[in-house]
Amino acid sequence: MVHTFTALGQYLAADVNSGAVHVLDKLSYELLSLVEGPMGETLPDALAAKLPQYDRADLAEAWEELRGLQENGLLFTTDEYIDPEAAMALPRSAVVKALCLHVSHDCNLRCRYCFASTGDFGTGHRMTMDFETAKKAIDWVVAKSGKRRNIEVDFFGGEPLMAMDTVKKTVEYARSLEKEHDKVFRFTITTNGILLSDENIEYINREMSNVVLSLDGRQGVNDHMRPTVNGKGSYDVIVPKFQKLVQGRGTKDYYVRGTFTRENLDFAEDVKHMAALGFRHVSVEPASGPLDDPFAIKAEDLPRVEAEYEKLARELMGRKDVNFFHFNVDLAQGPCVIKRLRGCGAGCEYVAITPDGDIYPCHQFVGKEEYCMGNVFDGSFDMDISSKFADQNVYTRPACRECWARFYCSGGCSASNLLVNGNISQSNEVACEMERKRLECAIALNAISAGMGELPAADHSGCEECEGCH
Amino acid sequence: MKHIQTLNGATLKASAAKGGCGECQTSCQSACKTSCTVANQKCENNK
Repeated sequence: MVHTFTALGQYLAADVNSGAVHVLDKLSYELLSLVEGPMGETLPDALAAKLPQYDRADLAEAWEELRGLQENGLLFTTDEYIDPEAAMALPRSAVVKALCLHVSHDCNLRCRYCFASTGDFGTGHRMTMDFETAKKAIDWVVAKSGKRRNIEVDFFGGEPLMAMDTVKKTVEYARSLEKEHDKVFRFTITTNGILLSDENIEYINREMSNVVLSLDGRQGVNDHMRPTVNGKGSYDVIVPKFQKLVQGRGTKDYYVRGTFTRENLDFAEDVKHMAALGFRHVSVEPASGPLDDPFAIKAEDLPRVEAEYEKLARELMGRKDVNFFHFNVDLAQGPCVIKRLRGCGAGCEYVAITPDGDIYPCHQFVGKEEYCMGNVFDGSFDMDISSKFADQNVYTRPACRECWARFYCSGGCSASNLLVNGNISQSNEVACEMERKRLECAIALNAISAGMGELPAADHSGCEECEGCH
Repeated sequence: MKHIQTLNGATLKASAAKGGCGECQTSCQSACKTSCTVANQKCENNK
């Protein structure tokens, strides 16, 4: 499968199965877009006739170049990784190596789009995790991780800083097990920032390998969607704290992460705003939810959203001071194809654990009782549910099998599929379309930073200062 | 070549031979918590 596309004024082709990416001129792009491989030795007359605007000799020359790529395994390659039948038999043993540890099912914000029902995950019962439960969770993941050395624990909520005592004791306890069990724990935390004291900042910067700081961008956008319990805006409280944390972070990873909804489809402005606040590593994610969710991006929003991604990519072109999470695709050094078959690993490699010790496939399934997989106190772990998730890969999900982006996104989100389609295997096409657009922008940015192709013309849409120049 | 420049070779295919150690970060843990992009993750063996 070959995907030809244009983005940021670049003409591009991605050879899906090999991972090869080519930057084309307009002629070879138009030619390749008409070809269904494999290519024969000579340019077919019928094909040349479809492109009468070009000289036949030039078309034949481009054909030769494309043929050369095919001969060298860089175009129209076949998928030899695994056959679809074998995909169903990929190892199902649940080697769990990553926890989303819900240390708090309570929150001090009341975000309007919250998938966790503002912290309690729809249970009506706000609580934090005690250390005994966290300790059990750590013991459980050490046992379940088998020979895997690296174990990740993300402190999540609700708002995890509301359970800072449990966080600290858990880190200390997990570290005490590392040597004996030959494990390396990597801790991350996702926080809304309200309780970021100097002490907490210092602790997080010392102990957490990554920290995700929740901010939606411009003050008006953030404060509208992320009010406090008392209905006040959170921006003025959290931004100075985030800036302080990031200033003390050194080279350690962090992301300032926002959510965009149908109410701010001009989210490129929010990314720009976050960059202007001094945040280098930025992510904004589309709000997800069922079809009747007032904030989730809908199919009719896609043209606007895709244009906004392209606008954002143009804005970030050549800028070294901003790293937008979804445009950060390393074509050459990314994960192996084995990793790319299965994606997030929810329900098998990765699970969420609630303050009660209940185990769910991931944070987004928490509260859906039919997906409760067990509990860390009795060691139960439902292999039927786990196998259902382990079976999800780019060969078993019907839409992925036909999708050019399958090895970049690796199958999408089971929770999102369930919300929209009632089925973890049936892809949420709206999310898929946004993902494809982000990837096209990311690949085009790669081409531009490599000095290939032609730089896109300036985008003057919406400009009121140079009337008549376009 | 006059018409085409190759930005990236057949790296995916090459990775199949030595991949699968499972030590890399779980993608959803890194920043998104809602949507998947695996291609922006790091390989533990390329550090």
